[in-house]
Formats: sequence, structure tokens, C-alpha cells
Amino acid sequence: MSENLSYSAKSEVANLIKRRTRVERLKIALSKAPISAWFGMAVLFVYFFAAIFAPLIAPHGEAEIFPVAYAPWGDGHIFGTDQIGRDIFSRIIYAARNTIGICLLATFIALGIGTVLGIIAALDRKYLDQLLSRIVDTLMAIPVMIFTFILLSVFGPTNFNLIVILGILESTRFFRISRSVAVGQVVLEYVEVARLRGENLPYIIFKEILPNISSPLIIEFGLRFIFIIFTISSLSFLGIGIQPPSADWASMVRENAILIQYAQYDLTAGLTPLIPAFAIALLCVSINFVVDWYLYITSGLKDDVK
Amino acid sequence: MTSNKSKELLLEMKNIHIDGFSDERWHKILKGVDLTLYRGEILGLIGESGAGKSTMGKAAMGYTQPGCKIINGEVNFNGIDLAKLTEFEKRKIWGTKISYVAQSAAASFNPAHRLMDQTISASNRLKINPTDVLKKDAVQLYESLQLPDAENIGDRYPHQVSGGQLQRIMTAMAMSPRPELIIFDEPTTALDVTTQVEVLSAMRSIVDKFNTAAIYITHDLAVVAQMADRIKVLRYGEEVEEAETRDMLSNPKEEYTKSLWSVRSLIKPEETNQDYILSIKNIDAAYGSSKVLYDVSIDIPKGKTVAIVGESGSGKSTTARVITGLLPQSSGEIIFDGKKLSPKLEQRSKEELRKIQIIFQMPDTAMNPRQTVDEIIGRPIEFYQGIKGKERESKVIELLKMIELDETFLDRLPSELSGGQKQRICIARALAANPDLIICDEVTSALDQIVQEGILKLLQKLQKDLGVTYIFITHDIATVKAISDEIVVMYQGEVVEQGLKSKILNPPHPEYTELLLSSVPEMDPDWLTSLLNKRSS
Amino acid sequence: MLRLTLGLVTVFAFSVIIFSTFSFLPGDFATEILGQSATKSAVKALRAELGLDKPPVTRYFDWLGNVFQGDFGSSFSGRSKVQGDQGDRSREVVGLIIPRLKNTLFLTGVAAMLAIPLSLILGISAALYRNSYYDRSATGVSLVTVSSPEFFTAYIFILLLATLFPVFPTIATVDEDTTLVERFYRTALPVFTLTLITMGHMMRMTRSAIINILSSEYIEMAKLSGSSRYEVIVKHALPNAWAPISQVIAINLAYMLIGSVVVEYVFNYQGIGRLMVGSVYNRDLPVVQACALIFASTYVILNLIADLIGIISNPRLLYPK
Repeated sequence: MSENLSYSAKSEVANLIKRRTRVERLKIALSKAPISAWFGMAVLFVYFFAAIFAPLIAPHGEAEIFPVAYAPWGDGHIFGTDQIGRDIFSRIIYAARNTIGICLLATFIALGIGTVLGIIAALDRKYLDQLLSRIVDTLMAIPVMIFTFILLSVFGPTNFNLIVILGILESTRFFRISRSVAVGQVVLEYVEVARLRGENLPYIIFKEILPNISSPLIIEFGLRFIFIIFTISSLSFLGIGIQPPSADWASMVRENAILIQYAQYDLTAGLTPLIPAFAIALLCVSINFVVDWYLYITSGLKDDVK
Repeated sequence: MTSNKSKELLLEMKNIHIDGFSDERWHKILKGVDLTLYRGEILGLIGESGAGKSTMGKAAMGYTQPGCKIINGEVNFNGIDLAKLTEFEKRKIWGTKISYVAQSAAASFNPAHRLMDQTISASNRLKINPTDVLKKDAVQLYESLQLPDAENIGDRYPHQVSGGQLQRIMTAMAMSPRPELIIFDEPTTALDVTTQVEVLSAMRSIVDKFNTAAIYITHDLAVVAQMADRIKVLRYGEEVEEAETRDMLSNPKEEYTKSLWSVRSLIKPEETNQDYILSIKNIDAAYGSSKVLYDVSIDIPKGKTVAIVGESGSGKSTTARVITGLLPQSSGEIIFDGKKLSPKLEQRSKEELRKIQIIFQMPDTAMNPRQTVDEIIGRPIEFYQGIKGKERESKVIELLKMIELDETFLDRLPSELSGGQKQRICIARALAANPDLIICDEVTSALDQIVQEGILKLLQKLQKDLGVTYIFITHDIATVKAISDEIVVMYQGEVVEQGLKSKILNPPHPEYTELLLSSVPEMDPDWLTSLLNKRSS
Repeated sequence: MLRLTLGLVTVFAFSVIIFSTFSFLPGDFATEILGQSATKSAVKALRAELGLDKPPVTRYFDWLGNVFQGDFGSSFSGRSKVQGDQGDRSREVVGLIIPRLKNTLFLTGVAAMLAIPLSLILGISAALYRNSYYDRSATGVSLVTVSSPEFFTAYIFILLLATLFPVFPTIATVDEDTTLVERFYRTALPVFTLTLITMGHMMRMTRSAIINILSSEYIEMAKLSGSSRYEVIVKHALPNAWAPISQVIAINLAYMLIGSVVVEYVFNYQGIGRLMVGSVYNRDLPVVQACALIFASTYVILNLIADLIGIISNPRLLYPK
């Protein structure tokens, strides 16, 4: 083995991995995505498309009332009409807009509040951290559904209240996760280097730390989004969530639940209340698929940095 | 090392090829390595990171880590090819005929069981001796490994004993079933030098006592010289050379082998002056309620290099944190450039911050993994000098050239750089601030020898060209010899002594300095033996 | 100990929050109970009787003091709107709650007894045979169940097992005279629903907890010292798995408790969740307070138990240095 030992920093090769741009990495990841991830992404695309262009797609208006209540499937109404004669198919499409919109807003509020406070707490590690962490511990020990239920019944079940209350309550989860991940980053030397340089707090939070904790936050965002859909749906189902005349899937389930009794005579009638419920389940499954895949590739990427 | 070796073959590995899976494809880790080992012999397996030495050690048991597979080759142990055995058959050999001592004992002990139960669990499976006999034997092993309170230490849980003790208990655990072969995988790498000496001597004496064959894996040639009869050097999954220990040290055939001790051959002539750029006076500091620095005073001469030497817990890194302001001192003062520095980071001016820069041990964590080289080096230029855009980029390229890299590195992420390149980028980032003082905190200890040498030479060149002052924090005496003008020895939060390099390194020494210096392994197979003789007399 | 105090503080804080939010309520119970036409003096008299005229802080501590004695006060609803009719007293909240609480505990208890062993077995075996077809299908199915809202699962059971194939009743009405066998029969569908919605979570969490342990270094060491597969799992993995597994169980019991609110509503089961929802509609303050407090404290206690088991099974915390 005759090795040329004249040392050169440029040609040092040990552990060097192949260089790839972010776009290339994304392409590679996509080309290897399992069917479940493709399925999830396709479904999400359809949902968001429906949510954004609801008025264009839906054959009838959200609150438009037709003379026949509980009309059967087909015959001008794909999934029939509900108890006061509204077109169910159209309402399902409008509900995508209401449910996804409200849940997304609440999740973003939670993300914003929770993440910023979480990183600040991680940087501080003193009294502020103690105070915030104790408050969050207390809030987290109370079941969110019950808490929201109480608060809504007090402040009134408006959509605005729903978003704000869930946004604040759910921010505790983002606080927890961003704090715990950020604590791991704050002790790393690159953050110390930035502090030693004299950088201000926003720079350290947004430029140094946030890009490095984005993966767990994105995953948490997906999971929290599902959780918020569940909570809001449960509340709507109990009649205290999204308020009429806004269409929403869970309320539609409750309104049409009675039809399930007629499944023996007309299966489609029995299925009617299940369609909006299925819409929720399909959305959540799709998010879960995408999150699982994202989890896989981010942990995979970590491996190849090693 | 017993001299009369019966030349009876114990282990013969032929043409071992092992592939590992990472980054979505298979890589070759070992490319056809042979190995023979006789009964009672100790073979040293040495190489730098990525050489495949640890994989080779595990392959000697017929084991590969998850994600790796044996492509080709035989592992003949007592005439049986381990590579062809089923898991079930191998289990009868593992732990009883061949045992394994891992690098990180702390992670390798099951936290839920007492040490004694773990020590004898493999021998218990043999069902030759009853448990109480095994326990007595384990206590004797603990004793011969010089563990304190050998009678009762086995009743403790892993988290209740120190790292050096755990490593010795793991050796006892390996020895308990009296195996024919023990594989030591970097058993002392995580330990301090003074602890390392104790563990090394304990391991060597017990292996000698039972005449067990062993494979000793390490990256430190001086360590392996104390343990092994024969040494095999690996690089990039291939054998470089193999020779009897004495031959290898006195007469290495390959250039690469010599480079393994390249840092030891660097020596800097010392200079000093009385013009201090930094003086810290009577500093006390604490993390929360635990005090870590006691009355520390150090003077740093301008344009020179002061090495602060000590083991873990000596307070050497804490001293660096106090100087930078990351950990405000509880009492005492820091004079920089004739002016008093405020203890708190937030109260120092931008200019003061600019003049003191720090380079850390782990370049991986010292750079934001999401920023490119351009952003990493460019930010201090922009921040301190307000230079942006094209001008900033040309400054960055200038700095890259200073550290012997070029503009092709501009848009790389840290994960696309090798270890030495990363550390060079960190140096460039420190230089970008145009500092007067750079604190180097163990900057070379995570790097391979030949890369270390390159970094040390670069730092010396930069000092000559720019006149910058270094504080060099390290535990490695070879590095100290290579770079420093003055030395500060620290122990348990106090300064033991400070002075010119020649004064500190030559006797007479205070007691601790003597212990520290004498514990550094030397490139002499008889070093450990003579040291132990000297200490016992 | 710290945990315990923290738990108490939490329940206390929640009681303050519950109580204080109700003082923001628009309108006045007295007016509501007596109707808009009631005379001012009548309203005032009722306010005094209910204690609504006292300052909120006093009311809070009065209420809290009573709660400690097991007295949640009287329900507002059921009061006679006729002034001076002393014969029509509302029921004591405790009397209202206790049978409902028993029903809910029965429902969740049965569901837990089904869900815990099933999901532990599924989760542990999925972890041991990781990436096998069995593991993949188990995790795939569980993903679907955790993605379905409670009422979706509930209505599918109703559709299949109550209307299309009428095996079980749709409405789970029970009273104190219902025999145990009859109870099991009538609550079958709500129990199945609760079991299914928690099983997915519990199984997935168990699986990842076990995988996490199996990938640690001491497991590799145990393999290298020749331990058999059985030994690796039983002697080395399991002792370290109790803490995470018990936490998984406690978390999911808490989750099940909350899920029971919706499930009780669907099946019109007379449990505490149904009571709470009904009371919110009726604006029946003391009942809602009591129900919410019961939910919150059970939730806190379950989490507390999980922490305690975690401490007991960890030698690091049990035997300090």
C-alpha cells in the first residue's frame, strides 16, 4: 500500500458524503415514497382543493333548502338531502372549508405561541422557564376536550372563541416539544457562538434554532392538526363546536344520525351519516400517512449525516 | 506479556469482507482482511476512525451490527467457522468462550440489574458452578482488578459507580466464565489518562494471569504498545502492516504507520513576554450550587500560546466559559487589553466580544447544520464590519484560502465536510471577527492524528502571520508540546502551576503534575511495566 | 412527592378556573330559573338562597369547603318556577352524580380490561417481529383506528351490529335493577367502541417503547454475551419496559375517559359524560362543575400513577448514588 501522504485539506475525504441540493434530496425522497405517502398526499390535495374552491365545485349552496327533506341518493342530490332539505354533497364540500379552515387556524396559533415561548424558555433556563413550564404543566394536566367544553359553554360557542381557546390550549404541546428539542440545541456550541457574537434574541430564535428544530415541529404540527380536528369534531358532534348554518362534518353526522335506523330498508340512507364521518377519518389517515413518511425520511437523513 | 507462547492456533480469520448499509446504499467496510491469533496472545488492532477495526473485532465473534453483513470470509475459532453458525449455535460460544468489552461501559450495562448479577450471568448459563461459587470468584476478580470495596461493589447498580470502575467491572464480567478470547473494543478511550493507567494495568495483569487470548482495539498506538504482543494496522478496511510490537515501534515499514504518531513529532520552540493581553485574577465560579473554580489566576502573554492542561473535572473548560462570559464568575476579575471585562456576556460591548473568539472541540455541533459555509463565515463579517453582498463573499473566499480551502466550499453544508475541514471552517469563522485572542477548547481531540497535525500547523502559521494569541485547552500532552509557549496545569478547579513549557515539563514537579505527566502512555512497550514498578517502589 | 403536590395544585387551579369562568356567565341563574316574568323580590330571595349574592371569592371557598365534604351542592334544574313552592326541591348533585359515575366506571372499566391486555400483546409482538408482515398490518390497521373519530367507530358498530345484523341494542339504557349479564349485553357496543379507539394508540405506543429499548447498547451487549432471545426480552428488556408501558396505559385510560363523553352521547348511556353535556344545555352550574372536576381529577390521578410507577421501576431514582 503506497499512499500519497502529502497532506492537503482540500482533498481530505474521510466520511465525505455525496453533495446534494435540497431539491435533489426532495426528488430522491419522493421517488422512494411508499404508496401510503402518495395516497396521503393525493387525498390531502383533493381536500385542500375542495376547501379552496368549494363554491365552484358544490352543485348547491351551503344553506340552500330544497322542498324534500331526507331525499334519497341520486336524483339531483348525490347523497340526498338532510332533515331540513339541504343538499348533503354540497354541504360536505363546504364543510371541508369550515372544518379544515378553523382547525388549521387554531393549529397555527398554537404553533406560533407555543414555539416562540418554548424556545425562549429553553434559552432562559431560569425563572421565566420555571414559570412557563409550571403553567404549561398545569394546563396540560387538564383534558383539553373537557376544558374547551367548559370554556365554550361559558364564553359562547362561536367559531372565533373555538379557534382562540383551542389555539391557546394546544400551544402547550408545542411549548413542551419545542422547549425540549431547543434545550438540546441551546447547549450546542453553534448557539453559544451566536450568543458570543452578540446576536439578539430574534436572530437566535429564528435564524439559528428554529431551522434545526423544524422537523419535530412539522411532525407535531401534523399530529396536533389531527388532534384539533378530533376535538372540534367531538365538540360539534355534541352540539357546541362549529355553529350552524356553517356546515361541518361532525354536526352533519349528528343531524343525520337518525337515518342509520333505516339501513335495513335502504342501505344508502344508513350510510348517509357515515359519509361525513368517513371524510374526517380519511383526512386524518392521510395526514398520518404523510407524517409517518416524513418521520421516516427525516430520521433517515439524520443517519446519512452521521 | 508472557514470553513463552505456545504456538497453538486459536482464531483464524480469512479474507473478511463486510458491507454496511447507510445513506441508502451499501458501502464496503472491510475489504478482505486476514487475522490469526494464538492461544494466550494479545493482538492489537489499530487504526483511525473509519478503518473498520471495531467491525473486525465484532466479526471475530461472528457478529455484525444491524445494517452490516459478512459478504465473504471465514472466522475459524477452534476450527469452527463462526460465520456459518446459526444464531443459536453462536450463542453457546458468545459470552462464555469469547467475551466482549465495550467502549462505553455506562451504556452497555443494563440499568435495571445489580452489577453482580450482570457479572456472573454468562457463567451462570454454563451451569458448571453454583451461583455462590461464581459470586466468590467475581469478588476475587474485582479484587485483582483493584476495585475498591470488592466485597460489596457488586450490589450496586451501574449508575452508582464511576466510569473507570464500570470498565473494570465489565472486564470482570468478560473474565468470569474464563473465556478463551476477550475482545476489548476501545475500553479506555472514554477515560482520563490517570484512570486509564489503572484500568490498563488491571486489564493486563488479569489477562496475563489467566493466559487469555485477546484482541485489543484502539486508535492510540502508545496504549496498544503496552498491551499487545503483535500489532496490526488497519486503514479504510484494509491491512496496512502487521508486526511484533517492538518491531513496529522501532522500525515501521509504512509511512502511514509513522503518521499515527505524527503529532508527537511536532515541537514548538517556546517564547514568551511580559506583555499580558489577558489576566484573570482570583476567579471563583459555580454551576448553580456546585462550585467548580477556586481562586483561579492566569496571565496570558500577547501573541503567544498558553496551554491549559487538565483532566475532566479540572475546570479547564469552565475557565474558558468564564473568560467568554458564558458563565459569569462569582468573584474575581478579568482584565483584557488593560480594561476590566464585565462578567456578564450581555454587558460586554460588541467590540469586546469581537476581540475574543472561541473554537470548540466538536466542529459538528459548533456549526449550525442548516447554514452553508458562506453563511457561517460571512455572518461575523457582516455583523461586526457591516460588509454585505459581493464584498462579503470575496472576504469569505479570502478566509477560505487562509485555511487552505477554496471557493468551491462556499455553498456546502457542514454535513458535506470532513472532520478536519469542519474544524478549519470554525477557525475561519473565528478569524472572520479579526480577534486578538482565540480560545481553542480541545480543538484537535476529536480528530485523527494526521488531521490534528495539519490543524496544529495551520494554527501556528496563522499566529505567525496575524500575531493572534491562543489559549489552548487540552488534555493531551503531545498537543501541548506541539503548540504551547506556556502551560497552566489545573486539577479539581484549581491551578496547580503555571510557567514556561520547559519548566513545567521537566522535574521537579508538584505531585499532581508528576502523576499526570507520568500517566501519559509513551511509545515504549515497557513503559507501563516500568511505571508500575516505579510507583509501587 | 413533588409530583403529588403538583397534581393537587393542578386540580386546585382547575377548580378555580371552572368556578371563575362561571361567574363571567351572561345572565343570571335566578332570573333563568324563575323566568323573565318573576318579580324582583322573588329573584333576590332565590339569589340569597343560592348564595349568588355573595362575592365570588367567598362563594368559591364555600363551594370548595363543601366539595371536600362530598357535597357538591344542589342542582339548579328541576326547581319549581312557582314562587314559594317549597315542596319541589331539586336533587342533590351528589345523588345525581354517583349512579352516573358508577355507570361510566363500569363502561370504561370493562373496555380497559379488554383493551389493555389486547394492545400490550399486539404492541409487544409487533415490536419483536418488527417489519414483518404481521407488524406492518398491525400498525397499518391501528393507524386507521387512531384516525377515526369516536362517533365514526360508534356508528359503524351500530350500522353493522345493530341495524344490518341486529345482534346488540343501539341504545345502552341501564338502571340499577339491570342484571350484570344484561348490562354486558346492553353496553357491548359502547364497550367495543371505546376498546377500539384506545387500542390503536396503546398498541402503537407500546410498540415504539419496546423498540426504543431493544435498540439500546446494553441489549447488544446482552446478545454478545450469549443471552438467548427469551433472556434478552424477559431479563434485559422487560425490567426497563415497565415504566414506559405503565405510562402508556395510564395515558390511554385518561384518553378513554375523555372518549367516553362522546360514546355515552351516541349510545345515550346514562354516564357522567352524558350528564355533563346535558347539564351544559340546561346551564346547570353545580352539576357541570362537579362533572368537570371529576374528569380533571381522574385524569390527573391517572397521570400521577404513571409517574409513580415510572419512579418505582427505575433503579436510578430508587437507589440514588
